[in-house]
Amino acid sequence: MKVSLFVTCLVDMFQANVGKDMVEVLERFGCELTFPQGQVCCGQPAYNSGYVEESKAAMKNMIQTFEEAEYVVTPSGSCATMFKEYPRIFKGDSEWEPRAEKLAGKTYEFTEFLVEVLQVEATGAKLEGKATYHPSCHMTRLLGVKDAPMKLLNEVEGLELITLPNAHNCCGFGGTFSVKMGPISEQMVDEKVASAELTGADYLIGADCGCLMNIKGRMERKGKPVRVMHIAEVLNSR
Amino acid sequence: MAMKFSTEDFKERIKENIGDDFMRKAVAGAQERLHTRRLDAAEELGNWEEWRSHGEEIRQHVLENLDYYLHQLSENVASRGGHVFFAKTGEEASRYIKEVIQKKEGKKVVKSKSMVTEEIHLNACLEEAGCEVIETDLGEYILQVDDHDPPSHIVAPALHKNKEQIRDVFAQKLDYDRTSKPEELAMHAREMLRKEFLTADIGITGCNFAIAETGSVTLVTNEGNARLVSALPKTQITVMGMERIVPSFEEFEVLVSLLTRSAVGQKLTSYVTALTGPQGEGDVDGPEDFHLVIVDNGRSRILGTEFQSVLQCIRCAACVNVCPVYRHIGGHSYGSIYSGPIGAVLSPLLGGYDDFKELPYASTLCAACTDACPVKIPLHELLHKHRQVIVEKEGRAPVSEKLAMKAFGLGAASNPLYQMGSKVASTVMKPLTKNDRISKGPGPLKAWTELREFPAPEKERFRDWFTHHQKEKGDGKS
Ligand code: SF4
Repeated sequence: MKVSLFVTCLVDMFQANVGKDMVEVLERFGCELTFPQGQVCCGQPAYNSGYVEESKAAMKNMIQTFEEAEYVVTPSGSCATMFKEYPRIFKGDSEWEPRAEKLAGKTYEFTEFLVEVLQVEATGAKLEGKATYHPSCHMTRLLGVKDAPMKLLNEVEGLELITLPNAHNCCGFGGTFSVKMGPISEQMVDEKVASAELTGADYLIGADCGCLMNIKGRMERKGKPVRVMHIAEVLNSR
Repeated sequence: MAMKFSTEDFKERIKENIGDDFMRKAVAGAQERLHTRRLDAAEELGNWEEWRSHGEEIRQHVLENLDYYLHQLSENVASRGGHVFFAKTGEEASRYIKEVIQKKEGKKVVKSKSMVTEEIHLNACLEEAGCEVIETDLGEYILQVDDHDPPSHIVAPALHKNKEQIRDVFAQKLDYDRTSKPEELAMHAREMLRKEFLTADIGITGCNFAIAETGSVTLVTNEGNARLVSALPKTQITVMGMERIVPSFEEFEVLVSLLTRSAVGQKLTSYVTALTGPQGEGDVDGPEDFHLVIVDNGRSRILGTEFQSVLQCIRCAACVNVCPVYRHIGGHSYGSIYSGPIGAVLSPLLGGYDDFKELPYASTLCAACTDACPVKIPLHELLHKHRQVIVEKEGRAPVSEKLAMKAFGLGAASNPLYQMGSKVASTVMKPLTKNDRISKGPGPLKAWTELREFPAPEKERFRDWFTHHQKEKGDGKS
């Protein structure tokens, strides 16, 4: 199966290991991978701040970059959601709407792709310890991917999963919200950190790089021992 | 604008409220209780998504045909002997109500819960005219006794107060000397209110839904006070927002099912009352005189715009009860009587961006509100729309942000620019990096690193690693 990786700007620049783990997992299941070099950012930071026109150039770049792809797979629920939003954003634009439609139709979040397309749940991963999972907002509510991560995590050997209290509450990232509304974001992420601690878990797992960067950054600042992991890292542990 | 109750800066309000531990405990507790109850109630009903779609259709249909239903409602109220007044503004509505009361030489007014009367600042207007106005909804009563503390929640206005605080308020203002048990507090309030009901000459109610086909107004409560407000005084005035209409009792049933389940997780509230005009021949109770005041106050301006769906709202507060931002800052931070996600969408529309331009940014766009809304208002999309309007039409965004976003637009769209920037990032950031982290960032990173660590840029970007990786694999194959 031919898969084009959309790794997101965060992974490309700051969390390359997440990308590498995703590559190794996908290759293990026989995917033939490419990385279209033209990719930059899905446009979400500017778009969510209300700069719709400014963000369109970034979106068009992405549409062009992935035009030839068969499947587009990304390790970020929120960025996948953004691709799915493109048709709505370009609605009425006779040139770009159909092209956006095509991209949205072939885009998958990483865990969704494993479970729905590759039909894989047991990845053969092994990780000893207790873990709790934070379901990120865009991925669960807008993209509608809720079960796939749990199916995959349930199959990880040695991993004990504990439910995160108030898991449905946002971690306080929200892109520019995290810096624009610092005092509110701080309260939100602190509650998330406290909930994770309450479970006694060794690992907090998520499937969205932005949210994880937020939670991890706060944990590190406060010197918390919980290790924050992207689900690709977990699935590539052995 | 009367919706606004604070002149303090948004940032100040947030700071103050975040420091209020009592409020935060009360809010978090209520959110958690209501969360499970709402989900259980939805599940018990079954086919929740279908019910939601049906609710949405009804509300959309009404909004699309609002003039028709307003006309029908007015005709039917009038044909049963009631008076209808259509108020373009809040002032007009308050003035009309005051005049009705003055004509009746009314002195004492009892009120049941109504957000729209808060919106139009009715109490202050009537008090200025020399009337005594008494709130009879328990939550509203507590706030009134506490020197008109503003409501912090559209369904449970005194949510920010715990029972000890309420006991203190009662002790201070009403010489209350019993415990902080909710039943005792409620009993005391009831005793105080009973006297007022019997001596009031005017009753003012809100309206959950008006029924166009019959000219009825309906009230959904758990305390039954609205019944007394509408049954005892000789004159009844009902105030409603112009969009709160349903075609007939059939649609009413659907919306009440959605409302009570979403608001409090109940199949039905204790009282659902429908009132049709003044007391008719053979009726044992009811007012002699009935007035329906329909308030526009900026609503018709929203019709036909990209924000129209906000008028579908049935004021259940489900969006408020799931909002993770509201959870931490409470209702008073919004500075509007409408708080939470619905407040952040509605307040700038009714009250203007001057007073409420920060509210659309007080959201992570997490969409918990959209998910919870029983009539499927895309709240997070409307919050985003506001941001777009603020940036593109109102031109109110800070210059520094505009420049940054322009730069983003260029950088994110142009691969060569990004390639160059991301390649040198690791080197540029090196002096700031310790243990692969940045703890004190410059410029745009400053706000981030005030709270959290920021990861150091990778020395080898993913894309460079991948190129090598592909090459190695290729070499391995050959
Ligand atoms: S916006 Fe929806 S969820 Fe919020 S109060 Fe209105 S109807 Fe309820």
